[in-house]
Amino acid sequence: MDTIFSVMAQNLVSPIVLSFALGLLAAMARSSLSVPEAAAKALSIYLLFAIGFKGGASVAAHGFDGSLGAALVSGVALSLAIPFIAFGLLRAMTRLSAVDAAAVAGHYGSISIVTFVSATAILATRGVEYEGYMVAVAAAMEAPAIIAALWLAARAGAGARMDRELWREVLLNGSIVLLIGAFLIGALTGERGLKEIESFIVSPFKGVLCLFLLDMGLVAGRGLRQARSVLSAGAFAFAVLMPLAGAALALPVAILLGLSTGGVALLMVLSASASYIAVPAAMRVALPEANPSIYLTLSLGVTFPFNLALGIPIYVALAEFLGGA
Amino acid sequence: MQTNDAKRVEIIIEAPLEGRLLDTISQAGVTGFTVLPVLGGSGRSGRWSREGQVSAAGGMVAVVCIVRPERVDRLLEAAFAVVERHIGVVSVTDCQVVRAERF
Repeated sequence: MDTIFSVMAQNLVSPIVLSFALGLLAAMARSSLSVPEAAAKALSIYLLFAIGFKGGASVAAHGFDGSLGAALVSGVALSLAIPFIAFGLLRAMTRLSAVDAAAVAGHYGSISIVTFVSATAILATRGVEYEGYMVAVAAAMEAPAIIAALWLAARAGAGARMDRELWREVLLNGSIVLLIGAFLIGALTGERGLKEIESFIVSPFKGVLCLFLLDMGLVAGRGLRQARSVLSAGAFAFAVLMPLAGAALALPVAILLGLSTGGVALLMVLSASASYIAVPAAMRVALPEANPSIYLTLSLGVTFPFNLALGIPIYVALAEFLGGA
Repeated sequence: MQTNDAKRVEIIIEAPLEGRLLDTISQAGVTGFTVLPVLGGSGRSGRWSREGQVSAAGGMVAVVCIVRPERVDRLLEAAFAVVERHIGVVSVTDCQVVRAERF
């Protein structure tokens, strides 16, 4: 318990969380502070490239083994299973229609790469190692939840469909291609490649992450301000409870996989986080009847800040307490 | 200067649908169009702004096509097949163009 509180206290006063809080408060107070769309995109490209490259370089340094395949399969299975739990909780805790519940459930099965990146920064601060291939696991967990969500919506009678074009868009969406591409470049060039661009992708990483989280805070704050009407007490409780449920499901899986302490924490973070990039776009195409205000507000306005401020410290502390391999 | 009657069709649609809409109207024989970024706005789904968008899912784009009056129904039928279930606005206005052979 002491570990949880100490990680939490350390995290709450970190530049990363405080930058997010600044953006959130500025948006809630209707400040004119804003980050232009192009700048936000550039920051996200930098973060995805850096985290992918570092993951690949780490795999090159430690070598490939069978655990990568097992972790990928487990990640896909978690991403497929979590929407069913989320859907059940939503139907029990809220008055959302089956279509809205299915769309929200899809977001919680998929992952938030920014939550993942923030967690890696916190692990680095604590000097906790993790498997470099967790980046690939993150990419593999993006899409399966969309299939589960569309199946749940179709069962509820919605005209949800996944055509070839949508498959292409989901599997080749920019963030997945960049993350996997940078991972492969890092794996191919290894330590030598990392040394060459270290001054660009290692030292400035946390500063760039702070700026990106400032923007995320602004977006989350604006969303919360404008979508208070969709945020019932039940929906709010779901958005806080569901990440804990996802992390609880991932914990035994991660231990069975024999992941390191950092790896256990990251699989919990991935299962606890909710998408706000790949899944919303897929839902707008395949399930337009679902209300975007609901799923974006819950995933970005409630679950993301919860994970950033409280969730990640809980998952890291639990991983440290239970001890990975 | 000689001007000619034409129709200006403006379709404001969710950004994730942009590719599908452009493919569909191209297949309907409308190969001339302009895609414009949209800064923000407000509608039945609330206010939105493109500033700081982390995802294209919340953004909108405007597709503008100028066609001869006799081709407007075909264009609208094709566009409607895409936009029917989605957030957006479709409007048609009369306009005048020079160089009518280009439309």
